[in-house]
Amino acid sequence: MHGPRPNYLTAETTIRSWLFSTDHKRIALLYFASITFFFLIGGLAAVMIRLELVTPAADLVRPDTYNRLFTMHGVIMVWFFLVPSIPTTLGNFVLPLMLGARDLAFPRLNLASWYFYIAGGALTVLALLLGGVDTGWTFYEPYASAFSNGYVTLAVLGIFLSGFSSILTGLNFIVTTHKLRAPGLTWYRLPLFCWSLYSTSVILVLATPVLAMTLLMLVAERVLGIGIFDPALGGDPLLWQHMFWFYSHPAVYIMVLPAIGIVSELIPAFARKKIFGYKFVAWASVAIAAIGFLVWGHHMFVAGQSLYASLIFSFLSYLVAVPSAIKVFNWVATLHKGWIRFDAPMLYAFGFVGLFTIGGLTGLFLAALAIDVHVTDTYFVIAHFHYIMVGGSVSAFFGGLHYWWPKITGRLYPEGWARAAAILMFFGFNLTFFPQFILGWLGMPRRYDAYPPEFQIWHVLSSAGASTLAVAYAMPLFYFFWSLVWGQRAPANPWGVTGLEWLTSSPPPPRNFDTTPVVIRGPYDYVDGQPRPQAENV
Amino acid sequence: MWTASLGPKPRMSEATPAFQFASVPQQREAATLGMWTFLATEVLFFGALIAAYSAYRIAWPDEIAAAARHTKVALGAINTAVLLTSSAFMASAVAFDEAKRRRPVVLCLLATAVLGLLFIGIKGYEYCLEYQEGLVPALNFQLGRYGGIGELFFLFYFFATGFHAVHLTIGIAMVVMLAVRTGAGHPPHAPVLRMVGLYWHFVDIVWIFLFPLIYLPGRVG
Repeated sequence: MHGPRPNYLTAETTIRSWLFSTDHKRIALLYFASITFFFLIGGLAAVMIRLELVTPAADLVRPDTYNRLFTMHGVIMVWFFLVPSIPTTLGNFVLPLMLGARDLAFPRLNLASWYFYIAGGALTVLALLLGGVDTGWTFYEPYASAFSNGYVTLAVLGIFLSGFSSILTGLNFIVTTHKLRAPGLTWYRLPLFCWSLYSTSVILVLATPVLAMTLLMLVAERVLGIGIFDPALGGDPLLWQHMFWFYSHPAVYIMVLPAIGIVSELIPAFARKKIFGYKFVAWASVAIAAIGFLVWGHHMFVAGQSLYASLIFSFLSYLVAVPSAIKVFNWVATLHKGWIRFDAPMLYAFGFVGLFTIGGLTGLFLAALAIDVHVTDTYFVIAHFHYIMVGGSVSAFFGGLHYWWPKITGRLYPEGWARAAAILMFFGFNLTFFPQFILGWLGMPRRYDAYPPEFQIWHVLSSAGASTLAVAYAMPLFYFFWSLVWGQRAPANPWGVTGLEWLTSSPPPPRNFDTTPVVIRGPYDYVDGQPRPQAENV
Repeated sequence: MWTASLGPKPRMSEATPAFQFASVPQQREAATLGMWTFLATEVLFFGALIAAYSAYRIAWPDEIAAAARHTKVALGAINTAVLLTSSAFMASAVAFDEAKRRRPVVLCLLATAVLGLLFIGIKGYEYCLEYQEGLVPALNFQLGRYGGIGELFFLFYFFATGFHAVHLTIGIAMVVMLAVRTGAGHPPHAPVLRMVGLYWHFVDIVWIFLFPLIYLPGRVG
């Protein structure tokens, strides 16, 4: 090669060059730092919750504080960690590289999205510091406007602001994927991560504005005292639930579709084999995004909506299982007769497949009208969505982070430690959340700080799992920082894989490629386990 | 990638695209698609409001109709005409720009902005009248006889027309900036004019939905 040359990390060094950078790779790192901060806050609340639940009596924090803890955990983790997590960090970093582009289509909008995110996060953290919110992350009406004595308005305005960040990111990804693909990079030659980010972006752009308007109506009701949702004033509390879940159910797919995309990268990379049924996996992402808009009513089976609406929502919810199952089957089929390597990213991918399958299958329990009546608002629901959003999405996030870490930092992480963390995370997660399925089935309701003594064994197991999980989440923090200083320098393509992002140096130069790659074949092209890169002229 | 089938060959071939684009046409298409995507977001933003309002209109038809009769339908109708005319000028500005005639572009843009301001003025006059009649929710609402629904209607009224007015004000600012730059001999990039045009027509279309939904219940039959 040509000796040391400036990469995006070293090209400029001032603080200003970071805070006002329009380079998608630097903005991805700004987002990395921010979401890690919010993950720690949300995680701290989870630690307090699990500590309180070790004993049946409510003896660690006051009941009102407990309400504020689970609200803080939910609000921070959903809007300030999970929704932005993969798209704004790994997506932001990798998408232009995978497309053979020099940046996103609108670099300044990309930077603006980070500032919206920070402003929204600051308002929400302020609300928490002033005394918090006790409504739960769902802000159900009329409690949130007429009765809650927390800082609801401030927190809601924070979420409102962060919505602009989501919308700008989604818009940028959509336009970039349409217009900035390298020559020869047709839609069916796109890596599957691009398809899943595209589907996610469609949801971001179409669902977020509905939440924005809904939150504004909540603020209007709370501040002005006019009954939009409060039945005492002529409003309809079910309308809140409809509008809230019109965003918040698709938001689940905002969290899991990018994870699905990462796993679709990892499995062919470490099975050294073309993905089985590329077009099915690609279109399954689009199908999940589309059907995901039509299932919000399954959150309202016991809320008093019409039985006929519930029947249709139940049916449509079952329908989402079809594209989801297609993905799982295709991943498994890809492994068949592969040259499988058990590196850390692959372990995370395996963890994802298992947890996503359990989370998805228990979702079918909840989509069934009669069973849902039994388990609504119990720990069964908590366990189900944590399997998808934490077991699934966070595992995939870590898998992707390990996979692209050499590209992002130019350093190799210590493989042994990483495998240990991946395995520990899988066991810690299951120990935390599997007992919650049993608790929920036995009738333990969510959001309570006290419970009958016979539930204690399951809660103690869950809290023990949470401690394990905390260690597993902390480990990468240490060895990643270690690798920044002492890690081996990474070559351009340390995994020996096919994507365009591996053709440029590690870390990449400020504008990604010296010459625009000309794509000559699809992704995941391996002959007897040997990679054939998507382009050869870089 | 630009191909001949996508429309007239762009002018300003001498301009250089921003670094992330390979060509000026590519940049232009990206900008246009970006605006359409943004408008899709906006449709859902106003759509959520209209859906909520419609739910109440179906649930409380008589109360909503009674409250809606207190809106100023004549002023609303005049404003509809004003806004539609402004859109015609906006469309003409784009057409003149394609014919590379600078002076008519400036005049059309100015007419668009003036009509937009007229709309805001009439809207403000309406708000004044409504304030005097005690129709402002949470401030001086005196129309208690329809239960909470009358106040709910007027909350939606101020929400919807208020958000629309904010969007229109942003549109007017962009149109004035375009007119000034074009008049000073610095014609903006063609996609900017088209994008502002798209935005203007969108704001216009929102009003076309709001006018019958808000002003016309209870006025016929």
